[in-house]
Parts: sequence; structure tokens; C-alpha cells
Amino acid sequence: MNRILKKRVLTSEIKLFEVETPLIAKRALPGQFVVLRLNEEGERIPMTIVEARPEEGVILIIFQEVGKSTKQMGTMKEGDVIADVIGPLGVPSEIEKFGRVVCIGGGVGVAPVYPITKALKEMGNYVISIIGARSKDLVLLEERMRAISDELYITTDDGSYGQKGFVSDELQRLIDQGKKIDRAIAIGPVIMMKVVSEVTRPYGIKTIVSLNPIMVDGTGMCGACRVEVGGETKFTCVDGPDFDGHLVNFDLLMNRLRIYEREEKIALEEYGQGKGRNL
Amino acid sequence: MAKLILKKTPMREQPPEERIHNFNEVPYGYSEEEAVAEANRCLQCKDPPCIAGCPVEIDIPGFINQIALKNFQGAIDKLKETNFLPAICGRVCPQEDQCEKYCVLGKKAESVAIGRLERFAADWEADKGKVKIPPQANPTGKKVAVVGAGPAGLTAAGELIKRGHQVTVFEALHKEGGVLVYGIPEFRLPKAIVAREVDFLRQMGVEFVASFVVGKTQTVDELLEEFDTLFLGTGAGLPWFMQIPGENLNGIYSANEYLTRVNLMKAYLFPQYDTPIVRGKRVATSGGGNVAMDSARTALRLGAEKSMIIYRRSRRELPARIEEIEHAEEEGVKFEFLTLPVAYHADKRGWVKEMECIRMRLGEPDSSGRRRPLPIEGSNFKIPVDVVVVAIGQSPNPLVPSTTPGLETGKHGNITTDVATGRTSKKAVFAGGDIATGAATVILAMGAGKIAAKAINEYLKTGKW
Ligand SMILES: Cc1cc2nc3c(=O)[nH]c(=O)nc-3n(C[C@H](O)[C@H](O)[C@H](O)COP(=O)(O)OP(=O)(O)OC[C@H]3O[C@@H](n4cnc5c(N)ncnc54)[C@H](O)[C@@H]3O)c2cc1C
Ligand code: FES
Repeated sequence: MNRILKKRVLTSEIKLFEVETPLIAKRALPGQFVVLRLNEEGERIPMTIVEARPEEGVILIIFQEVGKSTKQMGTMKEGDVIADVIGPLGVPSEIEKFGRVVCIGGGVGVAPVYPITKALKEMGNYVISIIGARSKDLVLLEERMRAISDELYITTDDGSYGQKGFVSDELQRLIDQGKKIDRAIAIGPVIMMKVVSEVTRPYGIKTIVSLNPIMVDGTGMCGACRVEVGGETKFTCVDGPDFDGHLVNFDLLMNRLRIYEREEKIALEEYGQGKGRNL
Repeated sequence: MAKLILKKTPMREQPPEERIHNFNEVPYGYSEEEAVAEANRCLQCKDPPCIAGCPVEIDIPGFINQIALKNFQGAIDKLKETNFLPAICGRVCPQEDQCEKYCVLGKKAESVAIGRLERFAADWEADKGKVKIPPQANPTGKKVAVVGAGPAGLTAAGELIKRGHQVTVFEALHKEGGVLVYGIPEFRLPKAIVAREVDFLRQMGVEFVASFVVGKTQTVDELLEEFDTLFLGTGAGLPWFMQIPGENLNGIYSANEYLTRVNLMKAYLFPQYDTPIVRGKRVATSGGGNVAMDSARTALRLGAEKSMIIYRRSRRELPARIEEIEHAEEEGVKFEFLTLPVAYHADKRGWVKEMECIRMRLGEPDSSGRRRPLPIEGSNFKIPVDVVVVAIGQSPNPLVPSTTPGLETGKHGNITTDVATGRTSKKAVFAGGDIATGAATVILAMGAGKIAAKAINEYLKTGKW
């Protein structure tokens, strides 16, 4: 169990694992996540289940190497075993026939938006997808997204591919063109989710965002993942991760994501010094 | 009879100024001589009232007599007849409210140090290296699932494996022990002791499946397809907050998070371990129970210059064990009694900078018999802080009840059980410990595990619900 069956390098800093977790694969629904711990010294890291293949007993996860733990994870090889994989956690995304939905993924956020998009498509929705990245070589899952979208738009910050600009600009453009939109799903950096929610707010388009706060247990036991939604405190791991973007206090989330900024730097430096240390 | 010695044989401890710089256990435990001396203080009452004060009715004079006779193996055997985890109970039970409260000696002098003697016997056996595996009944072919590896679940598992059933324990976290591993700190209960007890169960044949969240990985109903019956010992893991302004600022933790980071995830060894923790200089913990004491003392060990306990009643009402309060005081934890936090204020970077409090006075006794704290209008004041730990209580985690049709819960989310059997409203499902009672004690959880095990055994034999 918890063996990495396949590893793919998607972009310079984004990798994909197929992990053997038969029980989780059997139950996982779009929008759910796992908490994993690489080894005895490891921290507990939440990651979205990008795809579950119950027949094969595998789940797919995609991660960006940002801190020490994800960098270390990136050095793991096919055949290696992750110490713990816990899940599937969180409330599954609401999948219904809404009509015309816009699915927006920014950066590595395309990975978690993919399973929701796919489920919405299978439900019979008309799917418009917008995916964005900093530059061309960082665009994620383009082919997979294209295959399940009725319309696909790509943006890059530097204009090296697709439209130059942000996913929110593209959304605004579509709205301005008079495209009727019944619901939006946006996953990506907090600032992106915040801006997208501001774009849709004046038009009353219900916008669902998937939040990514710091977590420990992932089962509602610690409150590390608390966020404010509509003025109330919620635990993302059990009440979410999906919430109504028009009600989320994004500034608080951004602030809370900075709690361990200093420690993250220390961990990374230490790790750099011991480079080559493998799992 | 020998001359009455008024005081308990003292237990040697790490001096406070030393121990606030490490996470090693505070008391060293009795030597053989000290244990024998203390055991000799016991009057060996014919009709011992201490036993009635023990939730699992240990034969207290019986095991103490064995220590007095220097038959330490006899002492541990006697303890283990009724108490499955004596090394743990000897350390964390509120003896002053239980056995020691009823000790006849206690009327004239200090009661016998029953807890310390219990700990001594258990440690003696562990130090000897070889722990006796109790006899087991012939396999019955029945399968029991235990959910949650806290004291309730571990006790139920031990009792059921002894009776010949096949037992699998499912635990949500990556390590077994429940509060014993994630909550209670190393300096009070070394994790090696918990690991030893879990290992003992493993040797007896209990199977442990960690990182398995019942209700998520599989539901109770799915488990019932594979198991004949199920015991829920999922504890009271949902932390309470006060719902006051600023409570989500950076630097404010629930005690569960603070202690889990430090104990289970070993944040005190960061960066050797990956999990970080904010090491505050001025740490305020709100609450007055064991959880609050543990948090405030942990803060000192993480380098706090000032660690404060903010409690809304007075010292007399503190619900923590006396030993914990005394240890906290010795270590320099500052107590602000009759004080209630009402808001938190942030610095420019969104970190907590001040805890705003209001002074309280005690009014008439409430339903708990304790005098109700009432706010004194206009007495607001601010305490500068950089880390806050909210330790005001916790309730049962709704994960299992919310995914299990037919399982009734009470008004605080606790699973409704028949106290005499641990039976729930759902056929073949038993429950006990904090999940049924709300946050209580290790020994009560163990007692509940034991009662349920007996009823489960009956149920498996007769099939009658
Ligand atoms: C910091 C702290 C200090 C304390 N100090 C003392 C003390 O000194 N003396 C004392 O007597 N008591 C003390 N207590 C209280 C005592 O620890 C508890 O009453 C006792 O542990 C309850 O035991 P339990 O088995 O019911 O639950 P727990 O110990 O809470 O164990 C429950 C277990 O179930 C697991 N679980 C929960 N949900 C699921 C699920 N869905 N699937 C699988 N597993 C699940 C949890 O992860 C946990 O491991 C303290 C509590 C805390 C928090
Ligand atoms: S991660 Fe601990 S409560 Fe959500």
C-alpha cells in the first residue's frame, strides 16, 4: 500500500504520482483530498485527489515543489512507499446539472479543478474551461482539460501561450461577450480565487472555490485549517474544502498561510545543506 | 502497627529550573526502597474504601501489600487483573478525586500514594524487559472492529483478544494512543510507554490499522459487513473556540493543534522533524484543566519567557489534577484567575498582539455545583501576547455519527449509550469513552472499554441484542 506506481514530471516544478491506495481509490469523489506524510519525520500535507481509478486501486496526485516537504517528495521514485496516505477527506464537490459552468484553474490549481470539471461534464453541463499559468511551459493538463471542455481558454502571465493575462481577465472577457454562465468553479492561488470571486459577484454568478489552508490532521480535530465564510469560522477539512467564494474571507486565509513563512525558510535551507539526502 | 508517617514518601523530580528546558519526564518514579516504604504506610483496611473510589476497582490494598512484601511481580499481576494500563494510569489519573480521596489515612495525614505505587509496579515490570502475556481463550472465530486507539479502544481490544475474538483496531491518526500520544505531553507521559502498551496488544494478536478514518475511508456499515460487531472509542476530538473577535489571527492555536504539533508531530524537534510551531515569547493559555496546564508548560519548554493561564474562576475551581497545577506553579506559569478573554487584537502583520480580557467575580453555584463566574462590567484590560492557546474544552467529533445512519447522539454530539453495556441505538455497535461521555478521563474511558468488552462478549455468544 501507498506505493508510487508511476511518476511523471509535468513541468519543471510540478510532478504527478500514481499511488496505490485501493480503499481510498474506491471511495474518492471529485473535490476530496488526502493527507500524506512522507516518512517518520514528515509533516502531514493535504493534497487533492486528481483522479481515482478504483479498478486499479490507484489515485493520482499532482504537486508543485514549493517547500521542503514537496521538494523532498519530488525526489521520490517509482516503487517508493509514502509512509501514510489518509483519505478520502473533505466534502465532495457539488456535482449537478447547473447548465453552463465555467471551470477555472490557475497554476497547479488546474489539477484539483480537473476532476470537478470532468464530473460536471459527465453530468451534462456545458463546460467552459479557463486554465492559466505564468508561462507556456507551466501550463498544466491542457490535453486532459480540452477533452472534457466544450470551450477551453488558456492564459499566461507573460503571453508566451494563449491570451496574455490572468484567468480572471479571460473570465471578464467572456462575461462581457454576453456568455450566459450559471456557475463558476475556481481553484488556484488565493489571490486568483479572490479576484475571480470579485469578477462574478456583480453578476450574481455563484462561484465555488476550493481552499487550501494549512492543515494537520485533516479530520476536524485541530482547527489549524479554520477559515471564515460568511462571518462564521469553518474547518476547511471537514466543512470544505469547497466554499462559496462570495462569502470567503480571502485576506484572512492569505494571512494564515503565512504563519510558518520563517520556519519554511529554515526547513528549506537545512534541506538544501543536506542535499542528496534521500528518503 | 508501625508509627504513622504523616507524609507521602516524596517522589524525586527534575528540578523546575532544569526541566523547563527539556521534554523529559518530570518525576523520576520511586526506587524499590521508596516504594516499599510507601507501601508500608498502607493500613491494609479490612473494608478498603479506596477500591470504591477507583473506576475499575483495582484491589488496591492487595497490590500494595505485594509491594510491601517486595513481591513486585505479584503487585503487577494484581494490578493487571483489573487495570490494563497501569503505567499510564499511575501517571495521569486524578488520584486525589478517586482512590486517594477515600484513603483512611487521608483523614489524619496524607493518603497513601497509590498512583505512585501503581506507576512503580508497572515500570518495574517494563524495566525487567519481559512482560507476561496473559492467557487467552480459544479462538471463537468472531471478528470485532474497534474504532479509535485511545484508552477506551485499547482497553476494549485487550479484553476482547483475551476472550479469543479476532480484533482489528482502526485509527485515524498515523499512531495509536489517542490523547495519550497527541495530547498529553512527553514530560508527563513518555510516548515510549504508550508504544509499549500498544506493542503488548500487538503481541497478543490485536491487529492495528492506522491512518484509517472510519466514516471516510470506510463507513461503520461497511465495516459491519466484515465484522460481527464494532466498538466506537473515537474520543472527544473537536476543539472548542470561544467565537470572540480576532480568534483566527495568526498565533492563536487550539490546544489540540498546539499539543498535536508538539507531541504527535514532534515540532519541538523542528527542523529535524518537519512540523513547525510558533515559539512565542509571551504565551497565554485560556482554560483551567489538564489540557491548559499541559499547554502552558509546553510553552515554557518551547522557550516562552512568560507563560500565563487565563481562567475565569478562581484557583479552587481549577479542574486540573493537583500535581499538574503544582508543577505548573513551580515552573513559573503565571495564573490570571477570574479573568475571561473577550477579544484579540492584531499587529500590522495580522498576528495576535494583545488579548483583551474582562475581570470576573463568582456568583451563585451553577448546575455543576461550582460558583458561576460573572463579568465585572468595565473591567476590560489588555495583556500583550504573541501566542495564544485556547484550551476551553472539546466535544465529540461528528465524523462517525454523521456517516452512520441509526446511530443516536445526544445534545453535545456524544453517542447515546446504555451505561451498563455500552450498547448504542444501532445493532451490533457499542461505544464508550469520551465519545459517549464528552471529555472525561483516561480511567473512565478504560472503564467504559472494559464494560463494553464484556457486553460485546455476551452479544457474540448469544447473538441477542
Ligand atoms: C491534553 C490533554 C490532557 C489530558 N490529561 C489527562 C489526565 O491527566 N488524566 C486523565 O485521566 N485524563 C486526561 N485527559 C483526558 C483523557 O485523555 C481522555 O478522557 C481519554 O483519552 C479519552 O479516551 P478515549 O479512548 O475515549 O478517546 P481518545 O483518547 O480521544 O482516543 C480516540 C481515538 O479515536 C481516534 N478516532 C477519532 N475518530 C476516528 C475515526 N473516525 N476513525 C478512526 N479513528 C478515529 C482518534 O484519532 C483517537 O486516537 C487529557 C486530555 C487532553 C486532551
Ligand atoms: S486540519 Fe485539523 S481540523 Fe482541519
